[in-house]
Amino acid sequence: MSKTASTREFRKVDVDQFNEDNFQDETAAEESQGPNETEVNNSLQSKNNTQALKTVLQNPVASCRNPELKTRVFKLVMKVLSLFKSSEVETAVASLSAVEVDLLMKYVYRGFAEPTSDNICPILLLWHEKLFAVGGYGSIVRVLTNRQTV
Amino acid sequence: MTDISQISTFPITCHSWNADKSLVALSLNDNDVRIYKRDGTGKWNCLHTLEGHSNRVTGIDWGVKNNKIVTCGADRNAYVWQLQDNKWKPTLVLLRLNRAATCVRWSPNEAKFAVGSAARIISICYYEEENNWWLCKHIKKPIRSTVLSVDWHPNNVILAAGTSDYKARVFSAYVKEIEAKPEASTWGKKLVFGNLLAEFPAGTGNGGWVHSVSFSPNGNKLAWVGHCSSIAAADSASDNQVAILDCNLLPMVTCLWVTENSIVGAGFDCQPLLFSHGGGQLSLVAGLDSKVSSKEKTVTAMSMFKDMDKKGAGEVSTSVATKHQSAINEIRSVSKGSKGVNKISTSGTDGQMIVWNLDSLEKSIEGLRIS
Repeated sequence: MSKTASTREFRKVDVDQFNEDNFQDETAAEESQGPNETEVNNSLQSKNNTQALKTVLQNPVASCRNPELKTRVFKLVMKVLSLFKSSEVETAVASLSAVEVDLLMKYVYRGFAEPTSDNICPILLLWHEKLFAVGGYGSIVRVLTNRQTV
Repeated sequence: MTDISQISTFPITCHSWNADKSLVALSLNDNDVRIYKRDGTGKWNCLHTLEGHSNRVTGIDWGVKNNKIVTCGADRNAYVWQLQDNKWKPTLVLLRLNRAATCVRWSPNEAKFAVGSAARIISICYYEEENNWWLCKHIKKPIRSTVLSVDWHPNNVILAAGTSDYKARVFSAYVKEIEAKPEASTWGKKLVFGNLLAEFPAGTGNGGWVHSVSFSPNGNKLAWVGHCSSIAAADSASDNQVAILDCNLLPMVTCLWVTENSIVGAGFDCQPLLFSHGGGQLSLVAGLDSKVSSKEKTVTAMSMFKDMDKKGAGEVSTSVATKHQSAINEIRSVSKGSKGVNKISTSGTDGQMIVWNLDSLEKSIEGLRIS
């Protein structure tokens, strides 16, 4: 028997990735640096939560291919969201543009999937409700259909 | 005003009207095409059943000039049906596909038709007199996924295709064997067969699958709807300027221009919606379903349980507020008036076919203005 008959490593290769007919995502990876973290932290310290929210949603990293950057930004967004008081959420959402509403909805869903703390879910549910009131079903559908994830 | 017909309990997959709009050919999610006629009492009766496909029928188009019906199915075939001695006789068209056909449309002069398929190919089929046979040519590049819908430009040469690789494209489908050289169009000058004239994204970012494409009445504009709940329009007369509208609603799966500036789209919201395209911008005007437009009532789950607890109500209503009880999957133009299309028909997965009279709806629904 040949030497390679005893190894079974070949069974772990995903042959589909080598199929030339596969759909390749054409969009080039944009090198986004993400939001300015010091600016966000400063806004949070000065209790300017709405400003912190707007800053953290700038320079979106959705089109990046860097998972560590994305996770860092995600954790920062969760921190900003949890620092809002329940009564302030609605006014904060009202100050966001349509694109920012869609982006924040993506973070909310990622937050559901990967909870960063024990009591983040009720906070996220409140944000989800307020974002849904503005963005409608379309914002949720865009979270599901967009291949560029946060 | 709106003419509601419950054709069947089965979903209507696709439908198409004949020239004088007295007959409608439709498929009830099975392998057959049925031709329905309305009798004096307003009831729809099945006049003919066209059996031929060995798998689900996915697209029907009735040629209003040649009175031929072309159907395509998941069995990778297309048939052209002709009425002979009060019977519909099929002619098989070899599409040379190895996947299902998804959509079919006659060209404006009805000498050829386009079939989109899951094989990432559009088959353009034309009739060859010498051999008494339908031949086909393929458009392959650069389509990367299933073709979900096709629509012809009024000049009979340019074809738009919506595909599930998140793009809407415009191709030239000039078949030199059967037609004269076309004039240059606003979409492009080089009209060689299979030439890609324009490519547009489904929506902002990646977008979603492009479910439907539609050319405006004079062919200068193209509209498409994507699964990302967006509708978009491109104007070839303004250098292919694209206007995208991300809607707050569930995705639409079909769209149709009713005038040069108004589009009707419909889908999972179960009602047709009117959009207006002007000044490079798209905006939602109103929904066509008067039942829903009149009262804005959002019922949350919490309030529903509160009501059940307070009033002791045990039953939950399963009907939806709109006329269509389920998603709409095709819009067709029924008749044209002075401004543009004034009657449209929608078929849905609830088995209903509803004809909407846009002129009378414009008068009755506040805020509905067709530009």
